[in-house]
Amino acid sequence: MSAVRPLAEAAGKNPEVRGPGDIPISLNINGQTRKLSVEPRVTLLDALRNRLDLTGAKKVCDRGTCGACTVLVDGHPIYSCSMLAIEAEGRSISTIEGLGDPRHLHPVQKAFVQNDAQQCGFCTPGFVMACSAFLKRHSNPTDEQMRRGLGGNLCRCGTYAGIREVVHNVKGGV
Amino acid sequence: MAKIDWPAADKRSLIGKRIDRVDGPAKVTGTAKYSYDIKRPGMLWAKLVTSSHARAEIADVDVTGAVALVGEKAVWKDPDLKEVQYVGQIIAAVAAPTEEMAVEAARLVKVNYKKLEHQVGDDKAEFSKEKASSRAAGDVEKAFAEPDVTVSQGEYGVPVITHCCLEPHGQVTEVRDGELYIWPSTQNVSRYSDRLGESVDIPQNKIHVETQYMGGGFGSKFGFDKWGTIGALLSKQTGKPVHLMLERDLELATAGNRPSAFAKIKVAAQKDGTITAVDAEVWGTGGNQGYNPPPVPYVFTKIPNTRLVGKGIRTNRGGQRAWRAPNHPQGCFLTMAAFEDTAAALKMDALEFYLKNLKLTDRPEVYEQELKIAAEMIGYKGKAHLRGDKSPGHIKRGLGLSVHTWGGRGHPSECDVTINPDGSVETKIGSQDLGTGTRTTIGIVVAETLGLPLEAIKVELGKSEYPTSGASGGSTTIGGVSVSSRMAATAALNALLEVVGKKLGAGADGLEAVGGEIRQSDKPQNKISWKNACALLGTTPMTKRGVNNPNESEKAGMLSAGVGGAQIADVSVDIETGLVTMNEMVAVQDCGLIIDLKTAESQVYGALIMGVAYSLYEEAVYDLRTGQMLNADMEFYRLAGLMDVGTLKVHMMTGKGYDERGVIGLGEPPVISPGAAISNAVANAIGVRVPQLPLTPDRVIAALQKGTAVA
Repeated sequence: MSAVRPLAEAAGKNPEVRGPGDIPISLNINGQTRKLSVEPRVTLLDALRNRLDLTGAKKVCDRGTCGACTVLVDGHPIYSCSMLAIEAEGRSISTIEGLGDPRHLHPVQKAFVQNDAQQCGFCTPGFVMACSAFLKRHSNPTDEQMRRGLGGNLCRCGTYAGIREVVHNVKGGV
Repeated sequence: MAKIDWPAADKRSLIGKRIDRVDGPAKVTGTAKYSYDIKRPGMLWAKLVTSSHARAEIADVDVTGAVALVGEKAVWKDPDLKEVQYVGQIIAAVAAPTEEMAVEAARLVKVNYKKLEHQVGDDKAEFSKEKASSRAAGDVEKAFAEPDVTVSQGEYGVPVITHCCLEPHGQVTEVRDGELYIWPSTQNVSRYSDRLGESVDIPQNKIHVETQYMGGGFGSKFGFDKWGTIGALLSKQTGKPVHLMLERDLELATAGNRPSAFAKIKVAAQKDGTITAVDAEVWGTGGNQGYNPPPVPYVFTKIPNTRLVGKGIRTNRGGQRAWRAPNHPQGCFLTMAAFEDTAAALKMDALEFYLKNLKLTDRPEVYEQELKIAAEMIGYKGKAHLRGDKSPGHIKRGLGLSVHTWGGRGHPSECDVTINPDGSVETKIGSQDLGTGTRTTIGIVVAETLGLPLEAIKVELGKSEYPTSGASGGSTTIGGVSVSSRMAATAALNALLEVVGKKLGAGADGLEAVGGEIRQSDKPQNKISWKNACALLGTTPMTKRGVNNPNESEKAGMLSAGVGGAQIADVSVDIETGLVTMNEMVAVQDCGLIIDLKTAESQVYGALIMGVAYSLYEEAVYDLRTGQMLNADMEFYRLAGLMDVGTLKVHMMTGKGYDERGVIGLGEPPVISPGAAISNAVANAIGVRVPQLPLTPDRVIAALQKGTAVA
């Protein structure tokens, strides 16, 4: 997972005190502005799932290990369980819901279906997002690049054989 | 008139082909709604308060603070709980309008414990306080005393592992107008709610269960559990829907423990490699429940002299749950590790040793065929060596093999198929799709039967209102649902053919449904399109029910049970760091008639990957002093990653000799052998046995330092 733009505090600006209690925020999700109200402690994942009913990103380990909650922030894959919703303000958030729909699949999604890179499917949206970002950056990835770039997503059913086929089949095609 | 049988190989247009799963697009786009994703109007979020101690008296549970925050009706505490038996045992629960508030309310519940002594250790036989179980055949003492036998002995172990379903256990519950609606994450839609209604005084006929998508079960999600009752009670008390899914730590520590198995095993073999006796003492824990020792010897059940003593250890851990192929992976590892140690003691090639002893199994021909194919696939001849890679350098390479078996007989299942007058077709069945491809295979069977494309069939499952179908466990689903859906579709088609026969001036017996048409078998030009044929139904849809009675279906050749599989692993081991790297793993598996080759192969790939994980990484680690599970998270309870599993190759036994057996389940068998095959490969590489799974670097180094020579 790549680092995203640092927090305002870390960048040396005056820290802003917000909360406690609900505060209004607006998030740019899949090209649309969504207004919502959250406590400052609410993660981006919980904001997406519980406030906006964008449930494609899944809550699994809830501590930055499994990648089931992967979304893109400013084009970088991040664990949305490990970013606060208020941190995501002013950034461009892409979720699985914005990538393609069942009738118009993104090439990575199509390859997931064709290579049966899914079983129960609970890790799948996170993997699709991670793969789509990875393949944009690496048109012809090496094994080591795959280990580093996609090793942050875990599957329990064991769909890696299919996912590796996705990466090999789609490379350069995104 | 179509008969109840499977179409001959040359008549199949869909069955046995590689077909994409029908719900793939919903899953890859995030539109598939899992139980965890269900959001109902006004829904509350529930959180559990659980025991922090492995064993303690509950002196007092003070919910005053929680009640002040969320109200009395949104708080539940167990009225009968006097003592907790494991860390994570449920004591109370709270519900609140937001998840964050529910966490806060749970924190406000104060529990006063009086700590009692506990026991969580399970790796020593002397921990057992239970009466030992014992079974024996032949004369073990005499067999070991024979002068010309080689005796090898060793100690082996498999720890408790957890299911680690990515979607945790739990459900959304709603009580509305006296009816109970539940969206659980379950493997058992039809019978999930049996007796759930008692606690909330709602009869079975007012309970509605729905699971469209669920995120993994692996044998741990059959019942409604304590959290199901709590969800229903909170929902009834508050009058609001309640979302209650386990947190990750509870999921790992309490909602799925596969029993451990440790053993001392002694094997006697003649000079030619023939095994004559096995003497095993096995112990382990099923948590706070009883213990059934895994079968040793496994697969080689015709060894004349055997003894198995089993010692259960009750521990203050969460209870055991079925994990894919209960007891088989443990029995397989213990047996095959001991056998390969015997082959090493005899200085025999492992493959030759296994082939020599296949006569002691139930299906020698199948295993021989499978082992030879597996050996070919991995290039056994060019790579195999006797125990201990003698080549220079610190990276040692080795091969290891294993064989396994499973039943996989289809369960009772009922299914309705409706042919509508407009030509559309729908199938309703109270089964569930765990990600194994159940939806897809039902669609394939119905489409094949009616001579239609897969897209023409709407498959509806996952509701308790639909015809009853068995729980998805023990590889029983595919046999059950393929037969019931075949029977329903055949019955519906036959009824349609009666109507069409009059129109075409032919007997229903002489008609067939092929390629979107109904035609006379011996005069194909006498035909009618599917759409026009269905229009003859007028305004009445044709619905027929198929009922799979496993006994009758087995007699009819529709399904059967009993499969074999062989696997070979190729590993490299760094003897300086102890790190094991998977190079390759091959699996050869039979499962009778395959409905969808693509999803069948996925099952086997998935089993290999799960197998690598439990062989190299997975272990529920407990602190003996505090009784806590130390790695109840996904950072330290490790699963394999995308590039940790090496090259994987799968070969399904299909065609003559296999197709005629009818449909047999596949979820369990391929997950049985990996522990044995990988452990054997490591022993073959480094020259000594690493006695316990998982094969972590510290264990590899310790085994090398000890230099445990095979006796």
